Amino acid sequence: MDNKELVLSTNNLGKYFYEPSKFKVLNDISIQAYKGEFLTLVGKSGSGKSTLLYCLSTMDTDYDGELHILGNKITGKKPDELAAIRNRHIGFVFQFHYLLPEFTCLKNIMIPALKLGTYSYKEIEEKAYQKLEALGLKDLALKQASKLSGGQQQRVSIARALINDPAIIMCDEPTGNLDSKNTQIVYDIFKQLSHETHQTIIAVTHDNDFAKASDRTIELEDGHITNHRKLLFD
Amino acid sequence: MKNINYDIALTHILTRKKQTLVAALGVTIGVAIYLFMNSLGSGFNKYGTAEIFKNNAHIKIYKKDETSSVLSSDKSTLNVIVNPQVTTLSKTIINPQSLLNTVRKEPYITNAIEVVDVSVFYNKGKTQLKGTSDGVNMVEYAQMYNTSAYMLAGDVKNLKQNLNGIIIGKGIAEKFSLNMDDNITVTSSYGVSKVLKVVGIFSMGNSLTDDSKSFMNISTAQQFLKEGSSYVTTIYANTVNSDNSTQYAQKLQALTPYTVEDWKTSNADILSSDVTRKTLMTSISLSILLVAAFGIYNILSATITQKINDIAILKALGFKGKDVIRIFITEAVIMGIIGNFLGLCFGGALIYVLSHIQLSGTNSTFPIYFEAKLFAQSFLLGLIITICAGYFPAKKAANVDPVSIFRK
Ligand SMILES: Nc1ncnc2c1ncn2[C@@H]1O[C@H](COP(=O)(O)OP(=O)(O)OP(=O)(O)O)[C@@H](O)[C@H]1O
Ligand SMILES: [Mg+2]
Repeated sequence: MDNKELVLSTNNLGKYFYEPSKFKVLNDISIQAYKGEFLTLVGKSGSGKSTLLYCLSTMDTDYDGELHILGNKITGKKPDELAAIRNRHIGFVFQFHYLLPEFTCLKNIMIPALKLGTYSYKEIEEKAYQKLEALGLKDLALKQASKLSGGQQQRVSIARALINDPAIIMCDEPTGNLDSKNTQIVYDIFKQLSHETHQTIIAVTHDNDFAKASDRTIELEDGHITNHRKLLFD
Repeated sequence: MKNINYDIALTHILTRKKQTLVAALGVTIGVAIYLFMNSLGSGFNKYGTAEIFKNNAHIKIYKKDETSSVLSSDKSTLNVIVNPQVTTLSKTIINPQSLLNTVRKEPYITNAIEVVDVSVFYNKGKTQLKGTSDGVNMVEYAQMYNTSAYMLAGDVKNLKQNLNGIIIGKGIAEKFSLNMDDNITVTSSYGVSKVLKVVGIFSMGNSLTDDSKSFMNISTAQQFLKEGSSYVTTIYANTVNSDNSTQYAQKLQALTPYTVEDWKTSNADILSSDVTRKTLMTSISLSILLVAAFGIYNILSATITQKINDIAILKALGFKGKDVIRIFITEAVIMGIIGNFLGLCFGGALIYVLSHIQLSGTNSTFPIYFEAKLFAQSFLLGLIITICAGYFPAKKAANVDPVSIFRK
């Protein structure tokens, strides 16, 4: 595992919250994520997993230490540059689905690609259909997002995260709303993305089986990393 | 290619038709009233100016009364007691023909005429009416002032054919119950009295003029003043553009020692009330437009509050602050354009209706016209105001921090 390509790394990342009183929510976090790796973040509720993911996602810029993505120092970049990096290189699946309710599923999936503007509308549409099919959602393509169930919305948002073929896919509880069958589907897709198309997955999860099946697990406790290796549960 | 920002803006608009329409209607009313009031103001101004030009030329050249001044200004030796008095002996312009030719040669002068004005009394039996009479070449005069349009009886050409003819105002004719070809006795302050024949009756629609004014031949007027054929009191000139008359007057002033006065100076009082009215109308209509803009501001602010999740998602997906601004400005512009379009139609309809309403006491309608310039101005202003009203909520949306929204 020596010549693995570094995709994302943090250097003593720390973060404070000031409400209700000042406390350190993340403490000297130094992690590395490699190309094609399926990484999970675990920890008790309130341990700081989501907070860390927001920092890694470039959306939260209020932290100490440094963040590097694809060899570039992200810390200190301007909001517009960060937006462009997110659009091109990072796909998101949020803890609570978050689709745009007035648009169809298809359009929701297409939006990041339309924003990127590399491909034509037709090509993007075709690609969006492929992603929907992969997640077993083809029938929902033209349905309005607000009319889907929670689990369906979550899967559509996974399809959206994949549309620009990002180097990194970040997920906060991607299977939180899913039954075991759909969790298996998502797991298979993540496995395939990491091992076949060599995209890096960083997923926050409470699901022990899901974490166990990933390549590597990082455990957080009160803002510290307590375990960096592959964990054994039970 | 279809831009995703516009696509999102359009979807927002289409899924919120009612709010869009409410915001647009605010603009409709604002733009309609702005257009209507400004057209009315401009119509009134045009009407007022036309009234002025019925008996005022753009420029008039005359000899100003001079007041005696102290001969010696050496105050150290003598105290001089003076009694300043008008010293002008004669109001004549010396060599008027040459001045007239000079004026006519100027490129910006369209026409120029010479006038001998006389203060007169119209008499019939024992009744006497004070008035003024212009000794003119009536054909040239009518060309300049469009007098033919105001003739009730007779023709402006009649005067030239009859040296003892006179064209009188409608008020004079009514007071003395005079008809065409009747005789009227006219006397001047120089004691000259003549019996003249009515060869025309006019009405300017202004009783002050109609009750006192008359026209006669130049030679007749000169006789009333006991003056020779070179006696001329005033030269009137029209220019290519009455708005620039002040400039032209300055140019003419360099050519002659006589006083050159443009119509704006002579009618400063009327014009200043025009300015007051215009300011009033503009400020009223602008404030209505501002209220309309506030409607857009409100509705867009509400949209943004409701859509704060969507905005956070868009920013997370890589939309920049300026993309978000573009989305909401586009929505404001769409509302603005719909509202503007309806407003121009509605305002246009109001103008149409009013322009067909008869003004009481005259045979003319309300002085309001379709002015392309005002339509363009209303549209532009309506659009600029909606864009400004949209900008502030849009800016707020652009500054949304997605993380703080996702954490909730
Ligand atoms: N905006 C905030 N202001 C102050 N404290 C916050 C804020 N957001 C989160 N916290 C606190 O920071 C800590 C970490 O929160 P975080 O959401 O990262 O936990 P988590 O590991 O994702 O938990 P969960 O598994 O329940 O999602 C918690 O103690 C939480 O109360
Ligand atoms: Mg969390």
